[in-house]
Amino acid sequence: MLKSAYEWIDRRLDITPMWRDLADHEVPEHVNPAHHFSAFIYCFGGLTFFIVVIQILSGMFLTMYYVPDIQNAYKSVDYLQNEIAFGQIVRGMHHWGASVAIVMLFLHTLRVFFTGSYKHPREFNWVVGMLLFFTILGLGFTGYLLPWDNKAYFATKVGIEIAASVPFVGDAIATFLQGGEVVGAQTLARFFALHVFFLPGALLALLGAHFFLIRRQGISGPL
Amino acid sequence: MAHNQDGQDQEVHFVGDSRVKVNEKKLYPKDYSEFPGKTEAFFPNFLLKEWMVAVVVLVGFMGLVMAQEPPLGEQADPTNTSFLPVPDWYFLFLYQLLKFKWASGPFVVVGTVLVPGFIFGGLLLAPWLDRGKERRPMKRPVATGLTLLTLIAIVVLTWEAEDEHQKQLASLPKGDESVEIVDQNDPAYDIYKNNACVNCHGQQLEGLQGPSLRGIGDSYTSKEIIEIMDEGKGEMPAGMFQGTEEEKKQLADWLAKQEAPEGKGEKKSQEHEE
Repeated sequence: MLKSAYEWIDRRLDITPMWRDLADHEVPEHVNPAHHFSAFIYCFGGLTFFIVVIQILSGMFLTMYYVPDIQNAYKSVDYLQNEIAFGQIVRGMHHWGASVAIVMLFLHTLRVFFTGSYKHPREFNWVVGMLLFFTILGLGFTGYLLPWDNKAYFATKVGIEIAASVPFVGDAIATFLQGGEVVGAQTLARFFALHVFFLPGALLALLGAHFFLIRRQGISGPL
Repeated sequence: MAHNQDGQDQEVHFVGDSRVKVNEKKLYPKDYSEFPGKTEAFFPNFLLKEWMVAVVVLVGFMGLVMAQEPPLGEQADPTNTSFLPVPDWYFLFLYQLLKFKWASGPFVVVGTVLVPGFIFGGLLLAPWLDRGKERRPMKRPVATGLTLLTLIAIVVLTWEAEDEHQKQLASLPKGDESVEIVDQNDPAYDIYKNNACVNCHGQQLEGLQGPSLRGIGDSYTSKEIIEIMDEGKGEMPAGMFQGTEEEKKQLADWLAKQEAPEGKGEKKSQEHEE
């Protein structure tokens, strides 16, 4: 049944080559942890992606309850954490997942650096990777404010003050982040938009580029 | 699959592989099949092995999630002046950097632009700064050395920031004025009133120049309270308690009993742990 449905579609759209290209490409021995245990260092990139997927899914569920305004943000987080079935687990996955994503990303960056994989001809993929790094740090910074507890509020306030002390462009950055006269309602709305729409959009676009390049250029050879 | 253009119902098969033919002018690497050893297909063979690694990570991760409740403090109160701000742990090293004399005040541009710009700019441009063909870390000592130094600096700065934050938290006044005095009729209360304590901490333990002592038992044991009486703390000078040793012990025991009712104190101590 499934097979004939697939064939019915395939006869019209010819989708087989698209996924076979992805499925059939060869993975060399030196990155395969089944052949060399030490090759687990090549898994950090995939694991970072895995955690990013967890972040996206848990974040989607969090937005079903989260309310991005200063009256209700804290209450909605408190409610979803303490009253909703599995709310604590979903928020826990998102909260701890953020830290784990940074750790995995860091380990992946170190692996690429110390194996010299960023060298010719893969310079461009390294740059895309660094942009991904900054995007994920941005996601961490904007996400920290959203629970709207004291820790979130004052860390963001200090963060914006630090940004404002940058010469020439500092005031513009601070105004962009803060949105209003004080860290308040406009800041929260802004950080929510950045955290949920702008930065994930950039993240997905950069991830697409990252994967396209690695598929095109292949993993660097053994040392 | 698709059909021929000539009208006959004959199927044409495409080879499901778009690998680009090796063209020496392009920079594409050689096909994997030219690497030595056992290659295997990405899906499902290799992805299964990656998934097994991912499952191990997932089990550890869910263990962490179930064991540790995600922290949520009190609702943000912009008028709260005593709250110690702290960024998430991965920004701590940048935060700590700004505490150096040469990276703060008139030199803050060093801490906000120059050093981070140097690190992140260097990382971004690494492929052009380190152009040699050699890939092994031991064969490119400058790149490896600089990175290791930066890593050590980040670890040390993060540790220092965390250490400093914990010390600042520990030195915060621990009392909570909203808590009731426990055991008002204890003779120790009279010892308290007849000593210098009352001048700074108030008749009702509510705090005057000194912090409130209500609910102090949630943060200190009687032994630690005796230590503070003897050695002072913050603004409080050493040796303020003038009574006998026995009275001191009696007073400390009573103060250690000053605990918030069940539940309330627990929440507070959790917030301080963070």
